[in-house]
Amino acid sequence: MLAFIQTLGKNTRASFTKLGRATFFLLHTITGIIDIMPRPRLLLNQLYSVGVLSFLIISISGLFVGMVLGLQGYYILSDFGAEETLGVMVAASLVRELGPVVSALLFAGRAGSALTAEIGLMKATEQLSGMEMMAVDPIKRIISPRFLAGFISMPLLAALFSAIGIIGGQIVGTGLLGVDDGAYWSQMQAKIDFQDDIINGVIKSLVFGFVSSWIALFEGYDAVPTSEGVSRATTRTVVNSAFSILGLDFVLTALMFGDD
Amino acid sequence: MQHSNTQDTLVGLFVAAGIAGLFFLALQVSNLSSFTEQEGYTITARFENSGGLKVKSPVSAAGVKIGQVSNISFDPKTFESIVKMRINAEYKTIPEDTTASIFTAGLLGEQYVSLEPGGADEYLKDNGNIEITQSAIILEKAIGQFLFKSAEEKK
Repeated sequence: MLAFIQTLGKNTRASFTKLGRATFFLLHTITGIIDIMPRPRLLLNQLYSVGVLSFLIISISGLFVGMVLGLQGYYILSDFGAEETLGVMVAASLVRELGPVVSALLFAGRAGSALTAEIGLMKATEQLSGMEMMAVDPIKRIISPRFLAGFISMPLLAALFSAIGIIGGQIVGTGLLGVDDGAYWSQMQAKIDFQDDIINGVIKSLVFGFVSSWIALFEGYDAVPTSEGVSRATTRTVVNSAFSILGLDFVLTALMFGDD
Repeated sequence: MQHSNTQDTLVGLFVAAGIAGLFFLALQVSNLSSFTEQEGYTITARFENSGGLKVKSPVSAAGVKIGQVSNISFDPKTFESIVKMRINAEYKTIPEDTTASIFTAGLLGEQYVSLEPGGADEYLKDNGNIEITQSAIILEKAIGQFLFKSAEEKK
């Protein structure tokens, strides 16, 4: 019994110290962003590896998600004779939920895990300590550009996901199933609100980008510097990112779409 | 150097594509293109019952959208519904004796305000009032009346 309580206390303390470390790490990273402003090359390289390399998986997934939404939506809506509103259904579900959430999950799997592994290996091979020895702040030099790149890429990727998804829904809906093309777009434009839907979707993806880059970089930086430690850190990144994205999505949805 | 140039190009393409996606969402998907909050004028109509009318419901004349509902409130003295409508600035010549009715688009569609222009020479100005209104048809009421009537006839 005593041993159980002891473990509980130890775990609680460990998770709080980790949260504290993560917060200090975040503050350090954000202040470091100012220092990389004069060196945009650092940011550009990271935008390439975080954003450009995620581009393909995001666009292909977006296309297929949109096409599936088109098919499923058509089958359900045609029961009520409301196929014309297919565009609204596809666009609303993509812009509000699926766009930010699925692209953030893919981003965590594609870019987040790569970031953790990269930083973890840098730590294991003592590159980070080497930098400190040369009086280069590894957080400013290595972490900050990656964090900023993740934060910038995420809304762009989510917007692409939604846009390509809507076109995918249109290909299936109007091309294959015979929904009127004009109705698809005009119903969509009538019902989707710029402020309520699009801006809120962008805010969501900014939050997800922030959180998943933070988790990925911190797990890498905090990894036990062995091969096993890095592998565990990578797993934790994907699991924790998925949890926080889905949990935050619920909170954000409740806050944003509560009234009306 | 060559490698770095291709990278720059790809990053540039990526950012441009992302921003293009955002613009696509804003202009093609949402109602931003018909966003006319700034220019226009407000007119008010009092309805006995405004039914399922909501803020941002369309206001149309002859089937063309000319504005949207900007505010709906309840008058505690007359027990009427006060509907404020924002009409686009380009439609200035709405006669004073215009009739406002609340209709439903399709059987289950959303409700909208339909303006039927009268013949007066004076036009509605900002904060003007529409005097003649026709309330929303409440489906349940209509069905109730219909059933009541057919029961009467059978007697």
